[in-house]
Amino acid sequence: MKLVLKIWRQKNADAKGTFATYRMDDVSPEMSFLEMLDSLNKKLVEENKDPVAFDHDCREGICGSCGMFINGHPHGPVPAITTCHLSMRYFRDGDTIWIEPWRAKPFPVIKDLIVDRSAFDKIQSAGGFISINTGAAPEANSILAKKKNADDAFDSSICIGCGACVAACKNASAMLFVSAKISQFALLPQGRIEAKERVREMVEKMDELGFGSCSNSGACEAECPKQIKLTNIARLNREYYKAF
Amino acid sequence: MNKVLFSSVSKKFTMALAGLFLLLFLPVHLAINLMLLKSDPEPFKKAALFMASFPLIKIIEIALFAMILIHISWGIFLQIQNWLSRPVGYAGGNRSETSFFSKFMIWTGASVLTFLVLHFFNFYFIKLGFVEGDPEDFYSVAHNLFKIPAYNYIYLACFILLGLHLFHAFSSAFQTLGLNHRIWTPVVNAAAWVYAICIPAGFAFISITLWLFR
Repeated sequence: MKLVLKIWRQKNADAKGTFATYRMDDVSPEMSFLEMLDSLNKKLVEENKDPVAFDHDCREGICGSCGMFINGHPHGPVPAITTCHLSMRYFRDGDTIWIEPWRAKPFPVIKDLIVDRSAFDKIQSAGGFISINTGAAPEANSILAKKKNADDAFDSSICIGCGACVAACKNASAMLFVSAKISQFALLPQGRIEAKERVREMVEKMDELGFGSCSNSGACEAECPKQIKLTNIARLNREYYKAF
Repeated sequence: MNKVLFSSVSKKFTMALAGLFLLLFLPVHLAINLMLLKSDPEPFKKAALFMASFPLIKIIEIALFAMILIHISWGIFLQIQNWLSRPVGYAGGNRSETSFFSKFMIWTGASVLTFLVLHFFNFYFIKLGFVEGDPEDFYSVAHNLFKIPAYNYIYLACFILLGLHLFHAFSSAFQTLGLNHRIWTPVVNAAAWVYAICIPAGFAFISITLWLFR
């Protein structure tokens, strides 16, 4: 496959970025998107040029590191996958691919396609945990939970914090991420004890960091690689009102 | 406490409540306006007099203005904040699947606000004595306005834009209030479509009938 890549290049956080154009003549449809970028970087290194910086780690769709905006979609045009699972067979010979970093004020660009997502860590640190003494694992059946709640809590907990929801949202809102973290605790008995403080503090931190508000446009749900549902945002709202 | 009251979630909550209150007001207004279609002005005049003099309506009127102010001011404030949250846009565009009308809420809302200002000049300010006219005879004022083609163009355009605003606003308000349910949310979404079509269509029907057929 022959491709034209338009990639955002930015030396550092303070530098002014711009799009660079690269032509790739030997892309195999069997390659993953990240392998395609690897082969571009190999070429750039051989030409003594600065390789494109991009985040990646597990390459198994679990860590959420490989976030980039590809042809108008976070993680590319295929739903419910991360960039590392995006195969080049989804593109056609002769395509031009626009590759950009997440765009949001709380996610400043560090270099090229890498953004600083520590804003999510700050929100999580504000209340996304249960204060318990660690020790031996307790008997699993000593605190009973409804099967439905346990299943919903699990579905919320699979959020990998990749930031695709923020990237897709027209308001750069982090509500889907925060609501998933709220839900995974709010649905289980152990999480109810600190539910009020948790939701208040996580929302306060989210606002303080400069994320936008939720317009219920649904772009976050459509682009989430883990298919976190909008029902979580409604739950966050309910939890927040109950926290007064 | 201030941080909780003025958080983004609380602002959206008050916006949603205010919006739902305004949604209740529109059918009442439409019902009264439908009386304009009668050749006898008395039923409309009686209804207008009742709305202007009944004490409970006076209280609701104050609440209505408060709700309009809250809805507009928080709407503008949050929109500016949202724009600031993404100072650099996407060169390749954002093609995420999204509720289509949600993208234009600030603009459809702004056009409704523009119409509201015009509407106040044409009617409410007469009642308050700021603008010349007979506050006892809004029937004739309305009939005369609907004879002006330009007024009808503006009126119809604004009600189409109001319909587009309502498509998203109706169901979005329920989600913001935390009311999302496996069975009831699809019902609310269907009701949103019915409401967003029927209410503006009702107002448009009155405008077209009085303009072209009377």
